[in-house]
Amino acid sequence: MRVALFLTCVNDTLYPDTGRAVVKLLTRLGVEVDFPAAQTCCGQPHYNTGYRREAEPLARHYSDVFGPGLASSDYDAIITPSGSCAAMVRELYPRMGERARAEGRGDRLAATLAPVIPKTYELTEFLVDVLGVTDVGAHYPHKVTYHPTCHGLRSLGLGDRPTQLLRAVKGLELVELPGAQECCGFGGTFAVKNSDVSAAMGTDKVRNAESTGADILCAADNSCLMHIGGTMSRLKVGMRPVHIAEILASTEEDPLS
Amino acid sequence: MSGTFVGMPAFPKAAHDAVRNTTLRANLRHATHTIRDKRARAVAELDDWAQLREAGKQIKDHTLRHLEHYLVQLEESVTAAGGTVHWAADADEANRIVTRLVRDTGESEVVKVKSMATQEIGLNEHLEAEGIHAYETDLAELIVQLGDDRPSHILVPAIHRNRGEIRDIFEKEMGRWGRPAPDGLSDTPAELAEAARLHLREKFLRAKVGVSGANFMVAETGTLVVVESEGNGRMCLTLPETLISVVGIEKIVPTWRDLEVFLQTLPRSSTAERMNPYTSMWTGTSDGDGPQTFHLVLIDNGRTDTLADEVGRQALRCIRCSACLNVCPVYERAGGHAYGSVYPGPIGAILSPQLRGTTSDIDASLPYASSLCGACYEVCPVAIDIPEVLVHLRERVVQGGEVTRRGAKVTLKPAKGHAAERAAMRAARWAFTHPAALATGQRLASRTRRFHPRTLPGPGRAWTATRDLPAIPAEPFRDWWQRTDGGKDAGK
Repeated sequence: MRVALFLTCVNDTLYPDTGRAVVKLLTRLGVEVDFPAAQTCCGQPHYNTGYRREAEPLARHYSDVFGPGLASSDYDAIITPSGSCAAMVRELYPRMGERARAEGRGDRLAATLAPVIPKTYELTEFLVDVLGVTDVGAHYPHKVTYHPTCHGLRSLGLGDRPTQLLRAVKGLELVELPGAQECCGFGGTFAVKNSDVSAAMGTDKVRNAESTGADILCAADNSCLMHIGGTMSRLKVGMRPVHIAEILASTEEDPLS
Repeated sequence: MSGTFVGMPAFPKAAHDAVRNTTLRANLRHATHTIRDKRARAVAELDDWAQLREAGKQIKDHTLRHLEHYLVQLEESVTAAGGTVHWAADADEANRIVTRLVRDTGESEVVKVKSMATQEIGLNEHLEAEGIHAYETDLAELIVQLGDDRPSHILVPAIHRNRGEIRDIFEKEMGRWGRPAPDGLSDTPAELAEAARLHLREKFLRAKVGVSGANFMVAETGTLVVVESEGNGRMCLTLPETLISVVGIEKIVPTWRDLEVFLQTLPRSSTAERMNPYTSMWTGTSDGDGPQTFHLVLIDNGRTDTLADEVGRQALRCIRCSACLNVCPVYERAGGHAYGSVYPGPIGAILSPQLRGTTSDIDASLPYASSLCGACYEVCPVAIDIPEVLVHLRERVVQGGEVTRRGAKVTLKPAKGHAAERAAMRAARWAFTHPAALATGQRLASRTRRFHPRTLPGPGRAWTATRDLPAIPAEPFRDWWQRTDGGKDAGK
């Protein structure tokens, strides 16, 4: 099995550890990983803020970067450690194509985007659904609580895939997060445009996490973790945000630093 | 607190104070969490909920596609049953029609069934200016009216008030409107309800004119339907001599049979009841039973304009259950008043900017009053994809474009105040389509990371006011990948 890693602009720039963890994890599971260097951003910040026409070139760019490798069978799938970016491709790229058609601009955009849409997987759904593994041989001796991010939860329907994976990690104690399904308040530009409400939602999320007694809050989206972690740091809560890929990559011989 | 929403500031400003009001936050949190948990249990009881939701969506979509046909059929049915139908293009026209109809009866008082449509058009304020007193008879609406307040929830307009506040309002204001509150009124629910009952009973028995809305109108029979919990609606619908029902044109369903779906989904979604305690249905007039004169005022007020929008029209499927409010994390913190409309919460954020246009500060800010978490879409009993419409309206705000206003196509300019954002989005688009430039930028950020400020300037200040920024890593991933040949030389 060969895959292309779509790391996402946020992870590439701010969270390279997550990218390294995905490479380590997938390699350990016998998956060959490629990183097409021309990749950038899926266009979600533009699209969700109302700049759909600005997002279209980014969607086309995504297809240009990943489409040829799929077509030539250089790789079988595109993997991303971000529920919200995966949801952008899978749920919103088809909608962008439909809108372009409805506006009388033909089927070109839809045709360009079509090949990459079904082949883009969020990391945990790739592990569980495509590779068929829940025990990835990880070791992580910490008390962890899991926050299911909104796009992973509702757009992709990840369900209990991430927690299945976490439960199989040796040494890991998984504790339930109260109000887990409530949004953390990030929401992309929402965090700036409606900063008061966003901060109030973030504070409640952090207080709920704190109440579990866990030392790690884990999620499958670093954007949400950036907001939650930034809030934890400001509130001086003794917890750390960690991306699920980093936990799954951690082993007894090579623990997460 | 002023009784109207006119001139409300943009959502973030209005929400700023609400977020800091700890009493309001506690009231809202308690109420929304209670009702959302109950709703989830009531919905889980039905094993065909998904089919009911799909059926409701399809019935509404079908009706909206053929709205003209069903409205004409409704007018014929209502007229045949002894009622009179009036058409109102906007709020002003609707208010003038109702005022004239009340004047024709010679009365200067009306009792009202809780109705979103009459609030939307500001009927009470209009009638008051014309010397006609309109008395709200729904308990929560009564609290709002007596307190010279604004409703903050579709189903529970006084959700932002606690029992102590309600007691104070009753004690202070009831006497000015009619029968005063009993001496020594406590804040127990039973005593508060009894005070309202006594106060309202006098109005029911005296009133010659009732004003209502309707949850549904059945085209084939001309029947109107109100579902409620308290029974005050039924009092207003049966005791007066004249009944005036003011209803939005989208409230129509084709057949009696179609009610089967909504009478299951509406109560479970709104009050978490298997069936609402009172379902009142009226068809024209009957000799010697109920109102002897019946007027139906059908209001458009932006609805056909909304219908012209392919993405936004799904908002007209709304059956006003308020499930989306109760589950919305933004509504829970900001409260209903911040939305500047009788329709607050997620549905308000997509309905108000469509019915009123996106030109005012508040209407242009509403599409952004959401983190797009999708909880509203998940609970909506008619499957309105609220996040989809929010993003669609954001596009209208920042990019302008063609919309229908008052039946005519007009081209909107982009809203003011988004120039810097637009420039930033364009710059980002450029960088994201030029990977080499992006890599250079990332490298630069990494090399200068020691000099990065802890607080950001401009719009970013809102971020760093409450959250710490992540540290910039020493090396972006793409450089690591290149340097280590995809991790193979990871020791490097």
